[in-house]
Amino acid sequence: MIGAIRGVLRAGFSLIERPFERLFTPQLNPLAQLGALGFFFFWIVAVSGIYLFIFFDTGIERAYLSVEHMTQGYWFHAGVMRSFHRYASDLMVVMVVVHLLREFSLDHYRGVRWFSWITGLPIIWLLYASGITGYWLVWDKLAQYVAIVSSELLDWLPIFGEPIARNFISTGTLTSRFFSLMVFMHVAVPLFLLFIMWIHIIRISRPKMNPPRTLALLSLTALLAVSIWKPALSQGHADLAKVPAEVGLDWLYLPLYPLTNIWGNGAVWAFLGAFSLMIALMPWLPPLRRAKPAQIDLEHCNGCARCAEDCPYEAIRMVRRTDDMPFPTQAEVNPSLCVSCGICVGACPSSTPFRRSEGLKTGIDLPDYSLNELRERVIAAAGTLTKPGRVLVLACEHGAAGGRLDGTVVMPCVAMMPPSLIDFVLSRDLADGVVVAGCAESACYNRLGIQWTEQRFAGQRDPYLRARVPRDRIATIWASALEVTKAQSAIASFAATIARLPPLRLRSPLATSIASGPGKNREPAEVKGDS
Amino acid sequence: MTKVLRLAGQFVVIAALFAGVAWLSDRPVYRQIPEGSGMMMLTFVHGADRKGECRRLTPEEIAKLAPNMRRVQDCPRVRRSLYVELDIDGRKIYAADLPPTGIAGDGPSRVYQRFVMPAGKYDVAVRMRDTARADGFDHERHGTVDFAPSQMFVIDYRPESGEFIFR
Repeated sequence: MIGAIRGVLRAGFSLIERPFERLFTPQLNPLAQLGALGFFFFWIVAVSGIYLFIFFDTGIERAYLSVEHMTQGYWFHAGVMRSFHRYASDLMVVMVVVHLLREFSLDHYRGVRWFSWITGLPIIWLLYASGITGYWLVWDKLAQYVAIVSSELLDWLPIFGEPIARNFISTGTLTSRFFSLMVFMHVAVPLFLLFIMWIHIIRISRPKMNPPRTLALLSLTALLAVSIWKPALSQGHADLAKVPAEVGLDWLYLPLYPLTNIWGNGAVWAFLGAFSLMIALMPWLPPLRRAKPAQIDLEHCNGCARCAEDCPYEAIRMVRRTDDMPFPTQAEVNPSLCVSCGICVGACPSSTPFRRSEGLKTGIDLPDYSLNELRERVIAAAGTLTKPGRVLVLACEHGAAGGRLDGTVVMPCVAMMPPSLIDFVLSRDLADGVVVAGCAESACYNRLGIQWTEQRFAGQRDPYLRARVPRDRIATIWASALEVTKAQSAIASFAATIARLPPLRLRSPLATSIASGPGKNREPAEVKGDS
Repeated sequence: MTKVLRLAGQFVVIAALFAGVAWLSDRPVYRQIPEGSGMMMLTFVHGADRKGECRRLTPEEIAKLAPNMRRVQDCPRVRRSLYVELDIDGRKIYAADLPPTGIAGDGPSRVYQRFVMPAGKYDVAVRMRDTARADGFDHERHGTVDFAPSQMFVIDYRPESGEFIFR
């Protein structure tokens, strides 16, 4: 059931993401920057809030008048800031909701990712509490409605002796001190929200906290344009002798408020409780089956820290050396954070398939899918390639080619593949070309797999793909699991191109020890120029 | 040129999304009560009498108490429920036993009821029983109310003066 919902959502996101990628480029795609945009809008809300507070006056009469004064009298700065404050808060809700749905659709909430998922829940509550207390402060008709419905909701809980809602039954029952309390709440709750936002990303390596500059500038300009086109306005002074019969409701912050009238307060609390409980339990419904975490082989680890640098989950750290090797540090894996994506294997300088030691060993490896096994699968898959223009596909299990196309070698992430594997495939005449097929570019399952792979190929990140490897024999295809046809046609087109190319010069035979596999006859082979 | 066009396209898409969000920030308008109607509210907080009478302790009972806890009377904490009725034009629209609040049942009873009604003139009668009496009422008030559209008409009770207030 949950899997089906996830599939439908993924298909929906995939439909939107591709046009967005084309228009914005994968780097600027707002759908891949939802968390960063959430932070960005938080800062806009914070700065505009501080600015508005300079002009704001607490008090039953003064609150409304001061807001009106800044909106009408100084619309060109304070008024615009008010609109920034309102719309950036609304946009933050949109970012949070879409971010939640997208991460759910990408299955980014189970396994070790439970922590970020669970800490997202208080963020939702605090975000709504921040927004609702803010609407209260304006003390217009909407504020009156919000105040009454919010306090009625709170009064339903058996924690307050005297109903809070009685504060709003007539003018005499409300004091200005109540506004001072609300101002305090409206400052304290967002500060706590920021703290939880920090906790939310604490277990993520290189979290995106700032959107790309171009996207930030575009958003800021669009926000300014919308603020001028449709400034945020008050809805008339609150009058406790009258019912705010008709209000312009903020449907992003207050969608449940009308339901208190239809369902009743108890049912709304039940809905909120059930929603929160469902979100909290989702990482274990069902739990993610995890492969064994990466393991360090100290004999092959020189403490270079590339694995720790590349791990997207902060699962590896460098610690003081525990053996007598002459290196100051060694890598250490935190099993509770490791998702077994294998990116560390691809980052390790010891991970070279050219090695002919008995059973290919490397500094860090996956027990359930070792580098040795990867090399064996590559050799076996290459053996099935017969057509002219032999193309070997090295695919991420979450992308279009992951287990859905014949003749592919599937990995947990394409960044598990050390770049030297491509050199190995081409130089050992295992194939005429190599396709590296990963997830959609702005939806990498392991967050940084695509980025690291591209940087390694471009010689910008260790370990590099050697310069001798002809780049025209390598193709990268970034496509989601729903774009199998697109991947198939791209592979076919690449194979046709490869078939027209002249034979590759750097070819040398596959060493017998490697070709025969582990445990079989191993004879030293002449290999020139390989490390 | 292509870059400028692409940038313009990006801006248009973002601005359109933001405009949609801005529109949703106060549209569509929500009406919580039908046009031409108002709200009548019955709300107050009041503690009924205690369930049991205070009893004078005997000298022996007082002597048994710790020196710092000695008192003359033993008064049960638990309060009675309040009984409230509200009639509009002779028709009973609300009648309830309101239990005391608090874990020990010693807090005041409370009522907070809203009634959405069309504007017009109404005969309003509210009655309350807060003692041990079995029938009749300890407090009541009748009156005619000219109820305007969107009006918030509150029926409150002041324990200090022991009377209902219409406002």
